[in-house]
Amino acid sequence: MEQKNIPPKNISPKYISKASLKAWLAKVKDDGRHIYAPVTENGKTNFKRVKSVDEISMAHIQTAQSAKGAVFPRTEKLFSYARQQGDVALQDYNPGDIPDTVVFGLHPCDAAAFKALSGIFNWGAQDKPFSERMQRVTLVGVSCSRSDVFCFCTSVGGHPGSAEGSDILLTAIGDDGYLVEIITDRGQALVEKSADLFEAAAGISKEEHLASAPARFSVEEVQRKMAGSFESDIWKKQSARCIGCGACAFVCPACACFDIQENAKGNGTGDRIRCWDSCGFSLFTLHTSGHNPRSVQSQRWRQRLLHKLCYMPDRLSVRGCTGCGRCSRACPVDMNLAEHLKEFERL
Amino acid sequence: MNELRSKVKELLGSKEIDLFVGYEQGTRLPRPLIAASAEEADRLIFDESCTGNLAVYLTRRELTGGKKTGIAASYYAMRSISRLLDENQLREGMVKVFGLTPDGGLTLLESIADVKQRLQETSAPSSQVEDEWVKEIEDMPPAERWKFWTSELSKCFKCYACRAACPMCYCTKCIVEVNRPQWIQPWAATMSNVEWQINRVMHMAGRCADCGACGAACPLGLPVHIIAHKMVEMVRQNFGEPTEKGNVLSTFKPNDEENFIW
Repeated sequence: MEQKNIPPKNISPKYISKASLKAWLAKVKDDGRHIYAPVTENGKTNFKRVKSVDEISMAHIQTAQSAKGAVFPRTEKLFSYARQQGDVALQDYNPGDIPDTVVFGLHPCDAAAFKALSGIFNWGAQDKPFSERMQRVTLVGVSCSRSDVFCFCTSVGGHPGSAEGSDILLTAIGDDGYLVEIITDRGQALVEKSADLFEAAAGISKEEHLASAPARFSVEEVQRKMAGSFESDIWKKQSARCIGCGACAFVCPACACFDIQENAKGNGTGDRIRCWDSCGFSLFTLHTSGHNPRSVQSQRWRQRLLHKLCYMPDRLSVRGCTGCGRCSRACPVDMNLAEHLKEFERL
Repeated sequence: MNELRSKVKELLGSKEIDLFVGYEQGTRLPRPLIAASAEEADRLIFDESCTGNLAVYLTRRELTGGKKTGIAASYYAMRSISRLLDENQLREGMVKVFGLTPDGGLTLLESIADVKQRLQETSAPSSQVEDEWVKEIEDMPPAERWKFWTSELSKCFKCYACRAACPMCYCTKCIVEVNRPQWIQPWAATMSNVEWQINRVMHMAGRCADCGACGAACPLGLPVHIIAHKMVEMVRQNFGEPTEKGNVLSTFKPNDEENFIW
């Protein structure tokens, strides 16, 4: 079922020129696949379904939002219902509506996050909408040639040129083309669409073309300290300025909290909807009784970090943070995550 | 800078304040700092680059509830503080407000009357950028304007950073979270996003400090503060400035004109 874990095939890397890359993507698109790729509008770059491959822009360091919407849309219909003469007719989730999709241009931190999402959505029971989408998505990553002050992938086990999670990984070699690493069968299938556009890439090393991103802390040490700090006052200190919005969770490539809502149409029909939520909201844990087990922001901040850095590695063998830095860029009050994690190292 | 640090340490030491809400150097810009000790107070900064509206922390009960709080207030934070007092959300004597003089010096405003006086004597920072936005949008034909807003707001994913960053959004239960009846669909979708922004701004009528914190907080850079900015101007034109006796939403006058209803 889970095809992402296919070990790297022994295929030697290839090279594709910029012009051929466009031609390849155009072919992929003309074959009926949806392509989600970074598009810049009004100075902001985000993943968007492209109508033409000319819309794609790779000038950014990081898109505002991650690519997780390709498999975990912000709003998704789970099923529909219609009341009929004392009975209810259900129309189950229809995977037939899911298009074959290629996510192009995501960075290694985003590609790696799909493993974290898979861990959450397939813990115990397999989540149908998520799994169905995962089976239809091919991830074409692009290594990072630049980083900024918020990036910290190398501190949480990632790398600007890491192939983990990608089906194909491209690395820009100068301005003219890309080194192409084919990681999975799914990636290979996509390359075979236009095999003639890919050239041999003997002797090209990608290392010198990658962003420099020195590790800022030892994540093992942070995890060890954090696991023993449940009662520490560090949570309160760090979260004092947090205003409790959900920006960090919503831009995070690995956050998977959701809410279930009812879109009742008032005529006996309606849809059950899943939409993004955040463990940083007080409403997330508010019980019907009025009791809230996480009644203050420091408890919610603690949950957020422990879940990503301790609970997920313990239970799902994958971290809930890939160091993309989006939470820190998006935060209205500069809750810089790498800075906060580093503080645990010193506890 | 040093003057603020030593003054805050003095006030914390003498227990005249329990907390100080100020700024420290952040990753790229100044960010909020909640200082409760002399050590933390040593990180404080305060200059014209400190523009975030810190008044948002004054109604956060788990942080400042029942505590005597000092605050480094930008012009707009002072405006928010004045309105929060008018709405009985702050208690006189519980807040010590520090402002900057035009030459960058530090000034302590002991009472809210001093804050209001200060606001009268100071002119608001330029809103030229926002005014140009409004003009640009108003110059669009209605269909284009609708396309602009629905396109921008279609991107909103309802993280509510606009609400969380607003000092006047202090309700413990927001209309968007009321579900009996459900006024606004809580999932992200273009029309429900439009509904949310219209409701948010409508609830600010006569109350909004026009600080732009909502737009600055938006992680997607959506210009939601422009809706508020336009609303502030409309309310001013139709109803005048808010007074301590109430705002346009909380007061009713039999002779209110109804010519704005169409």
